[in-house]
Amino acid sequence: MTLVLPQPTTPGAFSAALGKVGEFTRQQPLGAVSFVIIFVMMFAGIFCELVAPYDPLTIDFAAILAPPSIDHWCGTDAYGRDIFSRLIYGSRTALVIGFTSSFVGSSLGATLGIASAYFGGRIDSWIQRFMDVLLAFPLIVLALVVVAALRSFVVGGVDMNLILAIAIPIIPRVARVVRAAALGVRVMPYVDAARAAGYSNSRIIFRHMAPNVVAPYLIMLTAFIAQAILAEASLSFLGLGVVEPKAAWGLMLSGNAADFYREAPWMILFPGAAISLAVFAFNLFGDALRDYLDPRFKV
Amino acid sequence: MNTAVLDKSSKTAASANALLQVDDLHVHFATSRGTVRAVEGLSFHVNPGEVVAIVGESGSGKSVSALSIMRLLPRLTAKIPHGRVMFNGRNLLDLPDEKMREIRGRDISMIFQEPMTSLNPILTIGLQIMEPLTIHMGMNEQQARARACELLTLVGITDPERRLEQYPHQFSGGMRQRVMIAIGLACNPKLVIADEPTTALDVTIQAQILELMKDLSRKLNIALIVITHNLGVVARYADRVIVMYAARMVEENVAENVFHKPRHPYSMGLLRSVPRLDRPRGSKLETIEGLPPNAAAFPPGCRFAPRCPYKIDICEQEPPLFPTDTGGLSRCHRHEEIAAGKIAWAASDSKSSGEMVASTEALLSVTNLTKHFSVHGGLRGESGIVRAVENVSFDIRPGETLGLVGESGCGKTTVGRLILRLENPTGGEIRFEGENLADATASEMKAIRRKIQVIFQDPYSSLNPRMTVGQIIGEPLHVYNLVPGRKEGEARVSQLLEQVGLRPEMAARYPHQLSGGQRQRVGIARALAMEPSFIVCDEAVSALDVSIQGQIINLLEDLQRRLGLAYLFIAHDLAVVRHISMRVVVMYFGRVMEIADRDTLYREPLHPYTKVLLDAAPVPDPSIEKGREPRLIEGELPSHLAPPTGCVFNTRCSMAIDECRKVVPKLEEKKPGHFAACIRV
Repeated sequence: MTLVLPQPTTPGAFSAALGKVGEFTRQQPLGAVSFVIIFVMMFAGIFCELVAPYDPLTIDFAAILAPPSIDHWCGTDAYGRDIFSRLIYGSRTALVIGFTSSFVGSSLGATLGIASAYFGGRIDSWIQRFMDVLLAFPLIVLALVVVAALRSFVVGGVDMNLILAIAIPIIPRVARVVRAAALGVRVMPYVDAARAAGYSNSRIIFRHMAPNVVAPYLIMLTAFIAQAILAEASLSFLGLGVVEPKAAWGLMLSGNAADFYREAPWMILFPGAAISLAVFAFNLFGDALRDYLDPRFKV
Repeated sequence: MNTAVLDKSSKTAASANALLQVDDLHVHFATSRGTVRAVEGLSFHVNPGEVVAIVGESGSGKSVSALSIMRLLPRLTAKIPHGRVMFNGRNLLDLPDEKMREIRGRDISMIFQEPMTSLNPILTIGLQIMEPLTIHMGMNEQQARARACELLTLVGITDPERRLEQYPHQFSGGMRQRVMIAIGLACNPKLVIADEPTTALDVTIQAQILELMKDLSRKLNIALIVITHNLGVVARYADRVIVMYAARMVEENVAENVFHKPRHPYSMGLLRSVPRLDRPRGSKLETIEGLPPNAAAFPPGCRFAPRCPYKIDICEQEPPLFPTDTGGLSRCHRHEEIAAGKIAWAASDSKSSGEMVASTEALLSVTNLTKHFSVHGGLRGESGIVRAVENVSFDIRPGETLGLVGESGCGKTTVGRLILRLENPTGGEIRFEGENLADATASEMKAIRRKIQVIFQDPYSSLNPRMTVGQIIGEPLHVYNLVPGRKEGEARVSQLLEQVGLRPEMAARYPHQLSGGQRQRVGIARALAMEPSFIVCDEAVSALDVSIQGQIINLLEDLQRRLGLAYLFIAHDLAVVRHISMRVVVMYFGRVMEIADRDTLYREPLHPYTKVLLDAAPVPDPSIEKGREPRLIEGELPSHLAPPTGCVFNTRCSMAIDECRKVVPKLEEKKPGHFAACIRV
């Protein structure tokens, strides 16, 4: 028997949210750990200016390739820039581009996938053939095409074309998987019941079918955050994404890091660890969230 | 059989020559909600050649006991803390795995419920029958093949040589179950355990399989343990019956006594809650109120007490198994009073229900409804048309219940789906209150949908698992603005829940937290929320346990009286259909065979198919069942890709003449109000 702790009695959204967090922690301890990692990353990303000990762009010729020390926790790079500060600023880039593009791509993909399964027939065929065309290109190639085709437009300091470029190749991949799950849901009697009740198509898709394919959606979403961070790094490496000197984890791994990694392994060690940790945390969190959101796992 | 006689005389004592002797068996499952005691203190024995039936509702522990005899319980979660299973002088529970494997399939074999999934689809039938022969009997290829042919002939499959090379998908459900029986019999077992062997089969096929199994056990002197919830099946074959309730045996006796002189209130109630074909149709089904207890927290004392109408103070204490006057065992403190006839279930109010509706105007009128599916299949690109529904016509009047019976694949569910416009008809008309639904546009349909609702068969998949009960029932209220605000919506949900016999607190629960019967009630409440005038009930009670089935049927009838609803009641269980319907439509292979008033149809059926259907249904009375020679229907349902010419029933009909193969018979009024599609009547 699970112990049910008394819920806080003070009314208010905050305590209710706190209760939810407590419940989540008890049910999904691993998920809570990953949430802490993500939270730290988000906090660092949002409050870069306050958290970072140095300006990420300041070049310090006195401290080129300095090993980790009390002054520079993660050492410095070939220009003497503080790697720890660049990691913190990099988390902003990673979160904005990685999370946003994965979220946009997965959500569009899931909607298309469910609609495809729900309507079936000709609509299904058309959507799926179009997805096939998109799937024919490797993720990075398609992203390159989109970046090249779209004019760069920046909203609030964020490259929207970069986000779109990474989101579009994600769409067909998620649509495929979600459609397969939705086909199973499509034949469930409760969907028939909703149709017999005369509900609108959008209501059936979003209210009745979408919550039942949330498991594959969340798994794909979190997996693609990792992919998106890597894609962003690759695009940056090719000079089409984030450009030096802006701090980005992928960018920190490429460029002159490749020339100096023998002498200064910390140049690749820490950004690599940051990417791995972020990917790991998002994947774990996705799994935990999926279980937590499924009412069937609750007693 | 002499063993049965012997058995009667030595009831409680373990007979010295018992083939299987189960002593004080306990089975526990470790779950996240604590230990679930699935079987507690079960003791019984089976003599050679005897047929023992274990009866009980889902969760009563009947399948678990069978699996623990075979040691097939899941290793990690199931524990047998106590008990002995003696088979041929050896305790099966102590045997090493190696030795147990030798016994499984050789001395004891098992036949499972689902013939569709218990055969491996990528291996030939021959290989699957020969496998146990080569493993257990050490036969070589040729010997095994010869024996396999012999076995197929034994279970009534013709042309065995050719069929051995075929794959499971080339066999029908009934044929697959025959193959399963052949595999079970392959090594001349002494004991066969059949877990719901005919539940997944149609009535006519069920009768064939039951007859076959009974015949074989007699011929080969095999002891049978049959696990089932169908009392008709029990009556047809069992020598002895064990009734289980909430993990315990509550009654044990020879079949005749259990059916005619039950000595436990649960058995008495169970027998009364089944609608029966052999008795005049009662007004209201007697039911056992309430739900079976939760296996993780059984009530103290007698476990049936919370639902028992004769509960007295002593029932707070745990009843032992008492020997009864009829030579059986009963776990009831008051078995002597039952024997003396002092206790009997009170007859319920004899208010007659289901009266004929005098109204003239049809609420729903279906004319020449036709639905064809096109199929593309196979590597060779064969394609064809499946005529799922062909020229079906009938009327339903306001407040009336029309029963629609037939075997699986006869198109009855498709008819329901067409009326709901979940499928688009190929031809014909569906007039509801004068409007033709068959060609209504989406927006026209939307207005009509509120008045036509549906209740599905499977209470597990018909409710969205992500929504609470309150959201499920409340949704139509908001979508159609049937209530002004949120408060009123909640009030209406509570009212609907009460209407279907659930507590208003249930609104906060999720479907997986409810039992099957409760879910079905939620399904009904959802349909009622729209305030419909017509409900399609697609096998609405067939997935439920006997005692729950009775409750739901009564609820449906009660709602009909109060709200003036009309039902199209689609089912395969003839007794249930007779109970609830006013008129009955019999379908076979996409066509209507016969339409008549309920009483006329069951008293004097005209169409040969209806007669066969009525004959095949087992009746829960061993004296009737054992006495009669059922007129077995030969053969299987024809294939939809190669439909018979002329009358679709001619391939299985005993009255068929040449003309039947040429002419498609029209549905004609043979007697006033009694229609049949047959040229021979």
